[in-house]
Amino acid sequence: MNFPTGAGTDHCKRMKLLPMELILGEVPWIVVLIILPLTGGMACFLFPTISKSLGLLTSLAVISCVWGLGWQLEEDGAQRYAIGGWGAPLGIDLYADGLSLVMVAVAALVGLGISVYSSSYFRRDKANHFWPLWLFLCGALNALFLSSDIFNLYVTLELLGLTAVALVALADGSEALTSAMRYLLINLMGSLFYLLGVAFLYHSFGSLDIAILAQRVEPSPAVWAAVGLISAGLLLKTALFPMHFWLPAAHASAPAPVSALLSALVVKASFYILLRMWLEIFPIVGISFAQLLGLLGSAAVLWGGIQALRQTRLKLLVAYSTVSQLGYLFLAFPLGMSIAWKGALYMLLSHAVAKAAMFMAAGNILAAGGHDRIADLSSITQRLPLTLTAFSLAGISIMGLPPSGGFIAKWLLLEASIQSGQWWWGAILLLGGLLAAAYVFRVVSHVFTQAEATHEAREVPARMEWTALVLALVVIFLGVFASWPLAMMEIGSPFGGGS
Amino acid sequence: MSYVYLYALLGVGLFVLGLNALIVHAHLMRKILAVNVMSTGVFLVLVALSSRNEGILPDPVPHAMVITGIVVSVSATALALILMLKLNRATGKNELPDRSRD
Repeated sequence: MNFPTGAGTDHCKRMKLLPMELILGEVPWIVVLIILPLTGGMACFLFPTISKSLGLLTSLAVISCVWGLGWQLEEDGAQRYAIGGWGAPLGIDLYADGLSLVMVAVAALVGLGISVYSSSYFRRDKANHFWPLWLFLCGALNALFLSSDIFNLYVTLELLGLTAVALVALADGSEALTSAMRYLLINLMGSLFYLLGVAFLYHSFGSLDIAILAQRVEPSPAVWAAVGLISAGLLLKTALFPMHFWLPAAHASAPAPVSALLSALVVKASFYILLRMWLEIFPIVGISFAQLLGLLGSAAVLWGGIQALRQTRLKLLVAYSTVSQLGYLFLAFPLGMSIAWKGALYMLLSHAVAKAAMFMAAGNILAAGGHDRIADLSSITQRLPLTLTAFSLAGISIMGLPPSGGFIAKWLLLEASIQSGQWWWGAILLLGGLLAAAYVFRVVSHVFTQAEATHEAREVPARMEWTALVLALVVIFLGVFASWPLAMMEIGSPFGGGS
Repeated sequence: MSYVYLYALLGVGLFVLGLNALIVHAHLMRKILAVNVMSTGVFLVLVALSSRNEGILPDPVPHAMVITGIVVSVSATALALILMLKLNRATGKNELPDRSRD
């Protein structure tokens, strides 16, 4: 073999490394993360008899791939990968930095929880439909978080939307079908707004790559139209107040693991695109639009909290709590400093894990008692101590009390609001926390009231109870070990330098 | 040059018409068709804007985008139609029920 001298010495150097490090360094994890769940989904579709083990295996493999990607990013910084070797102006690029890594990691972590929970939740006939759809959704999520091409983002957004709608329709009954149909129409409308915005951006600057657009972008009427259209489409999909009307019905009527999936991950995907665009392409839009987003976010926090208090069914309460928590994410836009973005991202992270645990707990209660009317919860919850513990622990993060991920997030946002002299956003944080405390205690208080069992409760598989509890414990850990995820966000400094 | 913008404006017009129909009409078939009209509008904008200057060959990238978009639109329409059929079987109606605004 004739190596050119440079490559030869390089090769020798690499051989001295441990084989483990060689594998971790050489494999393009960024591509594997997308291909693996898609292949897994197809395999589940082809071999329905072993779909459960295939699904669990894929979820585990995705976690280890995220670990590999994290190792690479830590060694070499942000990473760009040209698919097929074509490169950015014409081809499609994948890009991973700290922001993408955090999103992929939370998707993999919550995804594993959802896989474990679903392996006992679904009956055989439903499971055959669930596993392929869920793995496709997982692949779409990873592709979305790792794409650097705004048209590719549209395609992943659509794949995500279609699989999510199909998963909602998995629950039987006209209520679920109605919500699925409404969800589908809203999704398509949002995507088309986004696509029209993409058309204007491409016409103005002749590129679809976010990094290239970031260099070329300059104010013009076409860009204003594009910013408006893209934001409108993505806000509709993220269910920011007052465009949240579709969310509670869709999230509450889906099967429990799907509700967890939608609330924890799917709404965050469109928020991620908005955040990415805002950081890279939209800095030109100026301060007034950011203030508007902050105002809508505050309205969402308060309105979602009040509506959650008024609900009579547990799953609707949890769904309205999602509307409220999504509002916090938008408080970072008017603050606009690095620490505020980190706070919003931390809120996203901890809300994803906490809300997944909460929906799983609600699913356990529904499975045990056959209903989720809050007024009659006492007789059920007393038989499910683990589930109720999970619900309360997740509730701590939703309220933003220490020690939990939600507390760290609110702390960062509060610090940003004081540093930038806009204290009123901090007031919203506190008010939202009070409302959250009120609706969480409304549920938890039922454990302390005595009630004789009105009917025989059904057995809930231990695995479902433990999954909810483990996820809830992860949120508490997020509050105790905050430095690690915060350092992860720094890779490639997606939020610009300084604090 | 100007006819390019004429087609693009036509595309935006189709988008707005479709959006209006999607919101106004209750029948699900009309809603699904409205979404299709909207996406056709977007595709027309993409294709029209791909020829920047007369005499120069049009940019092929938007064409690739439109083809991908059509594939997405076909699958979305298929899913919407099957959902509509299932909804019809479950409720006997082709409309989404009116909800109290919240």
